[in-house]
Amino acid sequence: MKYMRDTLVIFRRSMTLSIQNPIWIVISLIQPILYLVLFGPILLSIAQTPGFPPGDAWQVFVPGLLVQLGVFGAFFVGFGIIAEWRAGVVERMLVAPIHRTALLSGLVIRDIIIVIVQGLVMIGLSYLFGLRISLGTIVLSLLIIAFLAATFSYLSYAVALATKSEDALAPIINSLALPILLLSGILLPMSLAPRWLQIISDFNPVKHIVVALRASFRGEMFGFDIMLGLIIVMIIALMAAFVGNLAIKSLAR
Amino acid sequence: MNTRILNQVNRSTPFAGQSEAIAMISSRGLSKTFKTRTSEVHAVRDVNFDVHKGEIVGFLGPNGAGKSVTMKMLSTLLEVSKGAASVVEFDLLSQQNEIRSRIGVVSQRGSTSDTAKAGDEIVWHAQLYGISPKEARRRGKELFKALDLEPQWEQKCESLSGGQRRRIDIAMGLIHRPQLVFMDEPTTGLDPQSRANLWDHIRKLRDKFGTTIFLTTHYMDEADALCDRILIIDKGSVVATGTPKQLKSQISADTIRLTVRTNEDAAKTGHVVDSLGWGKPEINGNLVRFQVDNGAKALPGLMKSLGEKEIDAIGVEVSSPTLDDVFLSLTGRTLRD
Repeated sequence: MKYMRDTLVIFRRSMTLSIQNPIWIVISLIQPILYLVLFGPILLSIAQTPGFPPGDAWQVFVPGLLVQLGVFGAFFVGFGIIAEWRAGVVERMLVAPIHRTALLSGLVIRDIIIVIVQGLVMIGLSYLFGLRISLGTIVLSLLIIAFLAATFSYLSYAVALATKSEDALAPIINSLALPILLLSGILLPMSLAPRWLQIISDFNPVKHIVVALRASFRGEMFGFDIMLGLIIVMIIALMAAFVGNLAIKSLAR
Repeated sequence: MNTRILNQVNRSTPFAGQSEAIAMISSRGLSKTFKTRTSEVHAVRDVNFDVHKGEIVGFLGPNGAGKSVTMKMLSTLLEVSKGAASVVEFDLLSQQNEIRSRIGVVSQRGSTSDTAKAGDEIVWHAQLYGISPKEARRRGKELFKALDLEPQWEQKCESLSGGQRRRIDIAMGLIHRPQLVFMDEPTTGLDPQSRANLWDHIRKLRDKFGTTIFLTTHYMDEADALCDRILIIDKGSVVATGTPKQLKSQISADTIRLTVRTNEDAAKTGHVVDSLGWGKPEINGNLVRFQVDNGAKALPGLMKSLGEKEIDAIGVEVSSPTLDDVFLSLTGRTLRD
């Protein structure tokens, strides 16, 4: 009850501040749109290659972009909390009798909502390019993306609070994001990759989420791929939340 | 020597020994050790003190002495390594939420986001204490008025001056009407006028609402002008406590500076001062400097003795001790070191 109330207050504050200063929301939205417009057409021509997964090119490509949005839209939120920590905002919130875990959950809900709005914009835009998916697919995909965004936003906050330095956060995030991206089959499906690369990518949870999302875009609701992806994304979200709250606790050490 | 001073001063502190005085802070052996891979840093060691209801108590010491760390422990932001404390009559180790809802903290880092409007920040902050937005707006506007911040309600925090922003920090720390307010270096970085103005506000807070105030500072004049009682901390330990007056009268004596005609005269003056039982003075050219318990009483005898030796004092200066001298005599260092 108190946890919900505290979370809601923190969420409302951070959401209002984001809306009052929407430049970052716009910038992070422009990137996937550029991918869609400038990279999508190339993909159309290689969709005929043997080994390319079933479904039309947009059904393969848009899920990848959604996952990219979930990872990158959320992975850089840590910069915001470093600025707030430096301004004393984090400390003055922790000095109030709030539930310790409410601080991050309020921020993470804001991050999830921003990513979902961006996802909706992207799905709408893809419709103009010829993507056709059901309402159920949209709901399921956004649910998965929400958990994914929660995961990376918790992780970003954890690293940010542990380092308290933009100069340390940037290289850590970048060096994590690149292999996650390359080994997830976001842009090109991993089924095109040689065997050894496929085996490595099996250890990347994000790959299974991409696979699940593509299955959902093909309309294979509640198949094995989707269930596996959903379970994985929930587990990593829980783990990330745990790590994030650990970082809050260790501020008092 | 330090414990002797501590005992002496404690006995004459107005609140000590009065059982009816309510302790808002009572620290017993509070210690903080930061562990790194290679070493342990004892930031605060075995700190004991009480702060009573309605007092303004200053925690005075140079940067890195352990002031902020002690304050962070007492305000539940840092875990205690050793020792115990009660804050607003609750146990620091087990009743943190009870403490949090009754204390206010004004941190030296600030409390507001650059991009947020001042009024919004205070209303959101109040809600973290369970205050309704409507009540928060009413109280916030009242506080802004009291702190001369009325026109700033709708302004973004980044557009405010240093003094205005510090007053907003104070409003943030007071919105839930705490019984005890911690202020960490409240006037650092402010111009003299804003400082004096802030001191007035802090005094008013105590006089009007009986709020207990515990502040850290490394400014002697601030401690002197504002605090009923001072705790001096150095290298993680409290080395003295008392009212500014007590500290100045008990620890440091008056300083006498004599200017004589020649360097030889200065040397002779040194012998005279020594023979009068005030120890060997500090001699610098034709300048002689030494300390006596009471400068005004010592002066006539000194002049008579100098006259007998036909030494001409062309300049005499007696100065009362400042808290700077107190700090110097306690730690062997000045506050600026």
